[in-house]
Amino acid sequence: MSKLLIENASRVFPGVRGGAPTRALEPATITVGDNDFVTILGPSGCGKSTLLRLVAGLDTPTTGRIMLDGKPVTRPGPDRGMVFQSYTLFPWLTVADNVAFGLRERGVPATERSRVVGEWLTRVGLTSFANHYPKQLSGGMQQRTAIARALANNPAILLLDEPFGALDNQTRALMQELLLGIWERERKTVLFVTHDIEEAIFLASRVVVMSARPGRIKADVPIALPYPRHYTVKTSPEFSTLKARLTEEIRAEAVLAAEAH
Amino acid sequence: MKPLAPVSTPAKVVLGLLFFVLFFAAWAWATLGGHVSKTFLADPLTMIEDGKLLITKQGFLFDIGMTIWRVVGGFVLAALVAVPIGVLMGAYKPIEAFFEPFVSFARYLPASAFIPLLILWAGIGEMQKLLVIFIGSVFQIILMVAVTVGSVRRDLVEAALTLGARDQGILARVLIPSAAPDIFEILRLVLGWAWTYVIVAELIGSSSGIGHMIIDSQALLATGQIIFGIIVIGVIGLVSDFLFKAANRKLFPWSFA
Repeated sequence: MSKLLIENASRVFPGVRGGAPTRALEPATITVGDNDFVTILGPSGCGKSTLLRLVAGLDTPTTGRIMLDGKPVTRPGPDRGMVFQSYTLFPWLTVADNVAFGLRERGVPATERSRVVGEWLTRVGLTSFANHYPKQLSGGMQQRTAIARALANNPAILLLDEPFGALDNQTRALMQELLLGIWERERKTVLFVTHDIEEAIFLASRVVVMSARPGRIKADVPIALPYPRHYTVKTSPEFSTLKARLTEEIRAEAVLAAEAH
Repeated sequence: MKPLAPVSTPAKVVLGLLFFVLFFAAWAWATLGGHVSKTFLADPLTMIEDGKLLITKQGFLFDIGMTIWRVVGGFVLAALVAVPIGVLMGAYKPIEAFFEPFVSFARYLPASAFIPLLILWAGIGEMQKLLVIFIGSVFQIILMVAVTVGSVRRDLVEAALTLGARDQGILARVLIPSAAPDIFEILRLVLGWAWTYVIVAELIGSSSGIGHMIIDSQALLATGQIIFGIIVIGVIGLVSDFLFKAANRKLFPWSFA
């Protein structure tokens, strides 16, 4: 059954100073099955982040609706954990307190809280940094903490908005493996936005390709590569075929996007 | 010199002290060398002599104590009123819309212009001095705190929302802790301004305080005492600044990490 249903959701931003309104997202319909790992792939400015914000409830669709577990999404909530592209750890809290934030907001008792926090810090390999402040961490460590913070809350779905976009290539590859490892064990439903083709294929059970602005869904490509995936899969022929196909899809859009700017 | 190149700590200290040395040397040259009349400007040695006399014979320490008490008293009252209002204005736009126009207007009213009115209302006692400081500080703090709280990073607020935080939680556990170091910094800044208000308040209708001593000394042409009084204010300002900065480091280690 479908976990998340995005039905004809669109977003139009009103024009600034009497200018024409911006059509950020054309009506889009996507269903995400339980335990699916879906990546949304598109060139920058295609409305993929807008789509994710609609699902998070941080923004309201102009038309259409979004249903999670059969209930309409009206506002942000702990059932939709989110990891942002920018570093959004709370700088005044230690790593452990950041991970505990959602649990504290929900009134989880302290002993249970520290147990869950300890578990997640182990999973993202940051146990020895529990009492560090975010400023003392590298970018990769901050995003690992952000993933732990979102997952410690046990959300129904995990939303990631180009979480590794600001990291260097090597760190990014390691982070992909870490996230994939967590997903293979937890089997959370994941919606992951990226403009990186390799990243989209390597992680996902399904890649949704979006067109240049105004964003609409262009292709929906199942990724049949078996899990658990090893990083070596990136050099396999199947991977290359998929990459070639998605590169074609995306390239046309990137050209359009470049011309529009 | 290369632009933006750092300077070593010893060099920094030496350069900083050097200016004081040059300043006193120029002052000594102008006064002791006879280039400026003693009537208008006392020399550094006279100033120190006068300072000694002030403290040992004329109970100047009591004046200093009174002035500090007034500044701190008026400033604490202002902060107690202004910080909560500023935080609420920054967090809730209707509250901001309600207060902002009046506070912006009131901010430009010079506190010293209220002194005659305040003497009518509150006499020439302590209440009047506190009110001058209060009026001079409260609107400034309100506006600056409101701006600081209102400009807390949106993505932090959004992150908290997706973690299940509700309105109260956002205010208490995101907006306030995020703005706290800057609010502290605002208080440090406004405390410096409060010192100028207190002296003005003490120049008119006062029987104690550093400002009162300065206006008395003017009548006696005791420029040495006046300068000593001004230097004392500067030193107290430096000390309070230092204490504020030290407290800031202690309270908010994360923003210096």
